[in-house]
Amino acid sequence: MPKMNLSHFEAAFLFALFTSVVLGVVTKRTDRDRLHYGAYTFVCFLLALFGLGWLMYFGHG
Amino acid sequence: MAKEKEQKQPMPPLGAWVPAVALGWLVPGGGHFLLKRNGRGALLLLSVTGMFLCGLMMQGAMFQPQSGDLLTTLINTGGFLGDLCSGILYLLSVWFGYNQPDMAGHVHDYGTKFLVTAGLLNVLAMVDVYEIAAGRKD
Repeated sequence: MPKMNLSHFEAAFLFALFTSVVLGVVTKRTDRDRLHYGAYTFVCFLLALFGLGWLMYFGHG
Repeated sequence: MAKEKEQKQPMPPLGAWVPAVALGWLVPGGGHFLLKRNGRGALLLLSVTGMFLCGLMMQGAMFQPQSGDLLTTLINTGGFLGDLCSGILYLLSVWFGYNQPDMAGHVHDYGTKFLVTAGLLNVLAMVDVYEIAAGRKD
């Protein structure tokens, strides 16, 4: 089994991508809504990722 | 009016949803394929399998049920159930002898979370299959 050595950002990006696809697929009732919701959750994940990253950066002083 | 909307719907017959949900557990997206939702099934298969394989390649640890204090029991049993929900992916990795000890480091830690989350996403897919099979969703 090949090994992956990812940074925090890369791992969190992959996590957001896979999770958003599943949330988009299972949540809504039309393909258009699914696409919108998947994109929306992905953007929310990334915003939280950057927001929490900066919060921790400033929290460390 | 709201109460009317929340009126409990009758349970569909077992034969209508059990095979699809069981296949959905065993093969991520399999229930959708069985119900002819091939596009959605393929997306679920790719996402859940991709997340599980990334977890394996990051050398994440598999949880084993452990007893002890409440938090230990909750984390390890819950994690084990999450791993188990990946179906054939979990079974194959155990049958092929994947036994990664819990190690320090952010990559391993992400890997462990990826493995559990793959199972939890498969649970969402199984719920979706149930709703489709029961006729509550298109």
